[in-house]
Amino acid sequence: MLVARYQGPMLRLARSMVATQAVAEEAVQDTWMGVVRGIEHFEGRSSFKTWLFRILTNRVRSAGSREQYHTPLESLHAVDPLRFDAQGQWADPLDRWTEESEDRLEAAIWVPILNSGLDDLPSRQREVIVLRDVEGLSSDEVCAILGISSGNQRILLHRGRTRLREILEAELRKV
Amino acid sequence: MCQQAVELVTDYLEGALSRRDRRRFEAHLRACPNCTAYLEQIKMTIELIGKVEPDDLSPEARADLTELYRRWRSE
Repeated sequence: MLVARYQGPMLRLARSMVATQAVAEEAVQDTWMGVVRGIEHFEGRSSFKTWLFRILTNRVRSAGSREQYHTPLESLHAVDPLRFDAQGQWADPLDRWTEESEDRLEAAIWVPILNSGLDDLPSRQREVIVLRDVEGLSSDEVCAILGISSGNQRILLHRGRTRLREILEAELRKV
Repeated sequence: MCQQAVELVTDYLEGALSRRDRRRFEAHLRACPNCTAYLEQIKMTIELIGKVEPDDLSPEARADLTELYRRWRSE
């Protein structure tokens, strides 16, 4: 099968261009997605492998992807590293969101904010968050739909949720 | 350590930690009000995302979702 044959080489190539394994996997998945959706057409002017690799490198390098694949280092952390001291302990106390802030967490106010936050997520993260947390599907279902491993699904879920938490926190501090 | 603990919240909530790691994580939470607050904030975030209705999604996000479902069913 095509995927089995080219997955390894594609991953190695992607990995050489980006900061983490998860990001490399994302780029490879996007490449397959483009092929499957018929966005990319193989015209036989080069070998299939060359064609595939070119799509992959274009995806990684293209202006649109640059932001997605070369996210600043901070965004690979659940929490901005500057909020921890040298021992890795919280340097500033976290607000409690329960009880008194529950009124402030009124859905009508936050849904539009979360929605724009969702739009700003890399597409794979958004897809996982939408399927899991908006649609309420199980992780197994999401893995089947997106064709990703459960480990990769958890990474995407983690990145997406922690990013959206940051957005809510920033907004709550404004209130 | 807090900076490592926050990276485990999703695996914790997903039940993906080993028994030993889960115990260590829970012991840390008991000793650390800030990480406890962090976990609460993540749970609250999930709850709020759950209040987004598929109809609220932007047209792009909705089209993406429809496409995913369509392809999944056709496989």
